[in-house]
Amino acid sequence: MISVNREGEVWVFAEQHGGKIEDTPLELMSKARDLADTLGVKLAAVLLGDDVKPLSKKLIQFGADKVYLIENPLLEHYQTRTYSKVIYDLIHKHNPQIVLYGATIAGRDLAPQVASAAKAGLTADCTDLQIGQHEIASNGEVHENLLFQVRPAFGGNIIATIINYDRWPQMATVREGVMPMPTPDVSRSGKVIEEKARISKDDLVLEIIKEHQRQKKVDLKAARVIVAGGAGVGSKENFKMVWDLANSLGAAPGATRAAVDLGFIDHDHQIGQTGTTVRPSLYIAIGISGAIQHQAGMSDSQKIIAINNDPDAPIFQIAHYKIVGDLNDVVPNMTKAIKEKV
Amino acid sequence: MAYNCVVMVKQVPDTQKITGQAMNEDGTVNRAALPAIFNPEDLNALEMALQIKEKLGGKVTVVTMGLPTAANVLRDSLYRGADEAILITDRKAAASDTLATSYIIGCAVRKLDYDIVLCGRQAIDGDTAQVGPQLAEKLGITQITYVEELLGLEGKDILVQRNVGNGWQQVKAKLPVLLTVTGDANEPRVTAAKKLMKYKNARTSIEVSGEIKAENPHADEVELAELTERKCKQLDENGMLIKVWDLDFLEADLNWCGRSGSPTKVHRIQSVVLTAKESREVEPTTAGISDMVHELIKDKTIA
Ligand SMILES: Cc1cc2nc3c(=O)[nH]c(=O)nc-3n(C[C@H](O)[C@H](O)[C@H](O)COP(=O)(O)OP(=O)(O)OC[C@H]3O[C@@H](n4cnc5c(N)ncnc54)[C@H](O)[C@@H]3O)c2cc1C
Ligand SMILES: Cc1cc2nc3c(=O)[nH]c(=O)nc-3n(C[C@H](O)[C@H](O)[C@H](O)COP(=O)(O)OP(=O)(O)OC[C@H]3O[C@@H](n4cnc5c(N)ncnc54)[C@H](O)[C@@H]3O)c2cc1C
Repeated sequence: MISVNREGEVWVFAEQHGGKIEDTPLELMSKARDLADTLGVKLAAVLLGDDVKPLSKKLIQFGADKVYLIENPLLEHYQTRTYSKVIYDLIHKHNPQIVLYGATIAGRDLAPQVASAAKAGLTADCTDLQIGQHEIASNGEVHENLLFQVRPAFGGNIIATIINYDRWPQMATVREGVMPMPTPDVSRSGKVIEEKARISKDDLVLEIIKEHQRQKKVDLKAARVIVAGGAGVGSKENFKMVWDLANSLGAAPGATRAAVDLGFIDHDHQIGQTGTTVRPSLYIAIGISGAIQHQAGMSDSQKIIAINNDPDAPIFQIAHYKIVGDLNDVVPNMTKAIKEKV
Repeated sequence: MAYNCVVMVKQVPDTQKITGQAMNEDGTVNRAALPAIFNPEDLNALEMALQIKEKLGGKVTVVTMGLPTAANVLRDSLYRGADEAILITDRKAAASDTLATSYIIGCAVRKLDYDIVLCGRQAIDGDTAQVGPQLAEKLGITQITYVEELLGLEGKDILVQRNVGNGWQQVKAKLPVLLTVTGDANEPRVTAAKKLMKYKNARTSIEVSGEIKAENPHADEVELAELTERKCKQLDENGMLIKVWDLDFLEADLNWCGRSGSPTKVHRIQSVVLTAKESREVEPTTAGISDMVHELIKDKTIA
C-alpha cells in the first residue's frame, strides 16, 4: 500500500508497439502537462520496450520533463506480466502521485494488474481529468489538490467524478480520442533516466503464435471533425456529397448503420453502439434520424450540426445547430460556404 | 482431460433501459428503478465454459457477489447447464470498488478447484473491465483479456484468439488461466426446459428463510429456524441448495473489503441529459449557412 506523496510526479505510460508510440498516450501528454504544472511537479513518461531510446526525444517534445526508460529484449512485445512487474517496481521506487494510461486494449489489460498489485485505486476510461478539492461529508475533512477523474458509466447514462484521497498513486485510464493531440515543441529538453527491469524469461507467460493487423479504412477517433451521413442521403451516388463536405473540412466521413447496411459506405465508417465511439469538436449529421444506438457513439461531440427535413427527428434534441431542410440543398451550400471561407 | 471452469457472473441493472432517477444522491445505484439482468458478456463466458465441459468433460461452477437477489442469475446459469452455484453476499461487502471486489471474489475462487476462470470482459453498469485482470492478479495466474475465440485446449495448454483493437492475436498459455470473454466470442444458449424444470426450485438459504417466514406467519423464531434448517438440508441432499458464502466464511480481511477496502470514492455523479445546452435553428438558406460557418471558424471549431 502506497501512501499519499504530495511531491510525487505525474506519470504517463508511453505505450509503444513496434517502435511507434500510440496516439492515446501522446494525446494524454497535454492534459498531464497541465496537471503537473498545477501541482508544481515534474511530468514523466514511462517508456518500456527493446531498443526504444530514440522515442524518448518525441516524448520530451510532447511535454515530458523526464523519461523513465526501461529497455530489455524481454519487453519487445507487450505482455501483461512483464510490463506490470516493471511498472509496479518503478512506482514503488519513485512514488509518483498520478499515473495515467491510455484506455487502449493494452492499457486496460495492464493498468488493473498494476493497481491490484499496488493495492491502489484505478478509474476506468476517463474522459476528463482535473485538479480539485474534496470535502468528506461525514467529518468535514478537506483534501486538496486531488485528481478528479471524470468518467461516463452506466452505459453512458451518467458521468461520475471519482477521487482517491487515502491510497496513492491516483491512477486512471483515459479514453482514446478525447484529448487534443499536443503540438510537439522541438526546443524542449528533458532528462532520460535509464532503469533496470527485474524480469526473467519465466515472466513471458504468453506465447504469441500469430498476429493479424487490420488497417482501418478511416481513423474516426482521431478526427477533429466528422461528417456523417444516414439513410436519408438516399444512395451511394448521393453519398458523394458527404465525402465532398468532409474533404472541404479535412474531416473524416462517418455513417449510421442504416447507411452502411444500404451499401452507401464501408462498415469501418459506422458510428454508434456497434460501431466506433467518437467525440470530435464538430459532428455534422446529414439525413440521420438520431436513434439512441447512433447517439451512443456521437452524443459527446462538442458541437453537433444536424441537417434533416423532419423537424421532429430525435437528432435535433442533441444538436447545437438545427437545420431543417432538404439535405440536397443544404449540404452543397455548406460545402460552398466553407470552400469560400477556409 | 477434464477441466474445471469457474465463471464469474454479475447481476446488473439493465442500463439500456434507463429511465428517470437511476442513481441515489450519494452516487450509489438505485437498483430498484431498473430491471436486473444477467450481465451480457458473462453469458458469453458461461457459454465458453459450458462448451469446454461438453467437449472435454469437467465441471462448471458459477460465482457471483451481490445482493441476495443475485441468486436469480445463478439459477439462470443452472438452467443453462452450470453444475454448481455460489452466492457471495455480505453487508460488509457493500460499496466495494473493483479492487475490493476482486479481493473478495478472489478469496472465494481460491476455495475452489479450477483450471480456467472465466469473466465477462466488462459489466454494463460499472463499465470498468477491471475486475477480470485484478482477479487474475489476486490469484497470481496468467490473464488473457478480450478473448474472442477458444482455439484449443490440450493437457495444460490453452490457445485462444484475442482482440487487440486493430486486429487479433493468437496466444498460447499454460493453465491455470483467467480469461475475459467478449460479446463476439459465441452465441450464448438459451435456458433448457429440462434444466429449468429441474432447478426452478433451487434456493439459497436466505431465500428459504424468507419463504418459510411468509408461509408460517405465526411461527416463532425458534420454529422458523428449525423449519429453515430442515428445508435447506433437504435441498442440499437433492443438489438444489445454492451455496451462500459471507466474508467470515471466506476469512476475508475486512480492511480490504467494502468501503474501507476501496481506494476509489465518488466525488460527484451527474446524469447525462441528452439535450444540447445552447442550440439554435439555422435557416437553410445561403445566408443562414454562411453565418453559421463564419461562427464556427471564429470560435475555432473549424480551422
Ligand atoms: C458510476 C460508477 C462508477 C464506478 N467507477 C469505478 C472506477 O472507476 N474504478 C473502480 O475501481 N470502481 C468503480 N466503480 C465500482 C465498480 O463498478 C464495482 O466495484 C463493481 O462491483 C465492479 O466493477 P464493474 O461493474 O466495472 O465490473 P467489470 O470490471 O466491468 O466486470 C468484468 C467482469 O468481472 C466479473 N465481475 C464483476 N463484478 C462481479 C461480481 N460482483 N461478482 C462476480 N463477478 C463479477 C464479471 O465476470 C464481469 O463481466 C464504479 C461504480 C459506479 C456505480
Ligand atoms: C442492437 C442495435 C445496434 C445498433 N447499432 C447501431 C450503430 O452502431 N450505429 C447506428 O447508426 N445505428 C445502429 N443501430 C440502428 C439504429 O437503431 C437506427 O436504425 C439507425 O441509426 C438509423 O439510421 P439513419 O438515421 O441513417 O436512418 P433513418 O432512421 O431511416 O433516418 C433517416 C433520416 O433522414 C431524414 N431524411 C430523409 N430524406 C431527407 C432529405 N432529403 N433531407 C434531409 N433529411 C432527410 C429522415 O427525416 C430521417 O430522419 C443499431 C440498432 C440495434 C437494434
